Amino acid sequence: MTVDRLPRAGAGLKPEHQRHILDARPDVGWFEVHAENYMGAGGPPHHFLERIRALYPLSVHGVGLSIGSADGMAPGHLARLKAVVDRYQPFIVSEHLAWSTHDGIFLNDLLPLPYTEATLSLVARHVDEVQTALGRRILIENPSTYLRFDGEEMPETEFLHALARRSGCGLLLDINNVVVSAANHDFDARTYLASFPHEHVAEIHLAGHAVLERDGETLFVDTHDRTISLEVWRLFREVIAHHGPRPTLIEWDAEVPAWQDLEGEVRQAQSVLQATGDFDARAA
Amino acid sequence: MLAQPDGTGIADLQHRFGQAVLQAPLSVPDGIRRDLGPTRERRFGIYRNNVKASLAAALAARFPVVERLVGKELFTAMALVFIERHPPRSPVLAEYGANFANFLEGFDPTADLPYLPDIARLEWARLVAFHSADASPADIGLLTELPPEMLGSAQLGLHPAMAVIASPWPIVSIWTTNTHDETPQPPAADWTGETALVTRPHLEVFVHRLPQGADRLVAELAHEQALGAATEAASRAHADFDLATTLSTLFGAGAITTLS
Repeated sequence: MTVDRLPRAGAGLKPEHQRHILDARPDVGWFEVHAENYMGAGGPPHHFLERIRALYPLSVHGVGLSIGSADGMAPGHLARLKAVVDRYQPFIVSEHLAWSTHDGIFLNDLLPLPYTEATLSLVARHVDEVQTALGRRILIENPSTYLRFDGEEMPETEFLHALARRSGCGLLLDINNVVVSAANHDFDARTYLASFPHEHVAEIHLAGHAVLERDGETLFVDTHDRTISLEVWRLFREVIAHHGPRPTLIEWDAEVPAWQDLEGEVRQAQSVLQATGDFDARAA
Repeated sequence: MLAQPDGTGIADLQHRFGQAVLQAPLSVPDGIRRDLGPTRERRFGIYRNNVKASLAAALAARFPVVERLVGKELFTAMALVFIERHPPRSPVLAEYGANFANFLEGFDPTADLPYLPDIARLEWARLVAFHSADASPADIGLLTELPPEMLGSAQLGLHPAMAVIASPWPIVSIWTTNTHDETPQPPAADWTGETALVTRPHLEVFVHRLPQGADRLVAELAHEQALGAATEAASRAHADFDLATTLSTLFGAGAITTLS
């Protein structure tokens, strides 16, 4: 791998930072947006995204398609996602291993799925439907979860591996989600990452989480509202060292900081990618 | 769409899960592992809270004056009732809350604030304007250059982001003082109805006050009536209808895109 083709670090695009980004044109690799924020007809969202897209590569991250819905994805919503993708020509399109809509009601959260053969068939069929509609490969992100279900038949990593093989989708590895789920379900994040199908990973997410302690019990909550934890940084460095650099995103969606603070996190991720890239370049 | 045969078990699970997320008393649906111990309720509660708190926050963000008028605590309480009765039907959150004003019409705890639903309509119109299609406003010069005898047959095209809300309450005054003043001004002794005009000529959303009867004029224009016929209808609806002020406000606010 040559250094000039090294995957770069990017930031989630927030309305609070748009004007600054256009004025200052910070040296970050790319931006990611939530598709659902750009499904209106016009106005400031499209005004700013058009201009930022002209300067930076873009990734479109869906948060509302509900790929795990038992009663199917809303065809109208898939068409709206396609309109966003066609308009902005992102280099990555991604969604979640989760569901959010049932009985026609949208529950505005990424809700967990039982990892069974039946769920795998359902999700693989839906991923295929999305990829066919968009005419391109999408990435599916591992979730952060707080519950597990009766009758599960396989671990999450096996489910994701089978999904990638069956549907041809890529994977988005959210290392913060791994840390959150590991704490909540009492498994080892390193063991999880050791069994993750890294050959399918085309993007990495890093974010901050909250730690809730009550009655002597601890739950991690995926809040995206603070700096990235030391554990997430450590695992990120290990993943990059073992599996090579991938486009890496800093997600900071709540308690949005000043741009400089977000850019600092992006630079830190970039330095991790760079170190591996330099190593590869020397070895080549 | 019907559940596929292999999705039936998941369909039941998602149905139970969804019901339990929305319903008021906390109960953990069947199918969730019981060996999670005493934190089972807390864990399910995280999903409930994510759903409800995020939707309540979305409503508070788009109805800030309603929130200021009733206070944060009551707003959150009524948002939670609204969410339970009218959960979102679209994954595009910007589309959530269209019927919040109608919900407020029948909400007893705020019956002493009868103008609240119209304030909500005004705030909703601002959100819709923010996301509406873009268009370039027409200059009032187009109108003043028109020979007087052509005025009556002129067709005015409305900007896609414009909306008019007529109210028996002084909604523009209430909205303005609660948006811009640190201490909202007490209402005038003599409350007269106001007609609000919401526009977004470029990037910013504006609220203006229109003369009484202007809502009728705009409704006629929206039905592609010519200016003459629309003016007659507005004058019939409101005897003192002020056409000159209405037109200068509409053009000045960027509510008109074409004149033909």
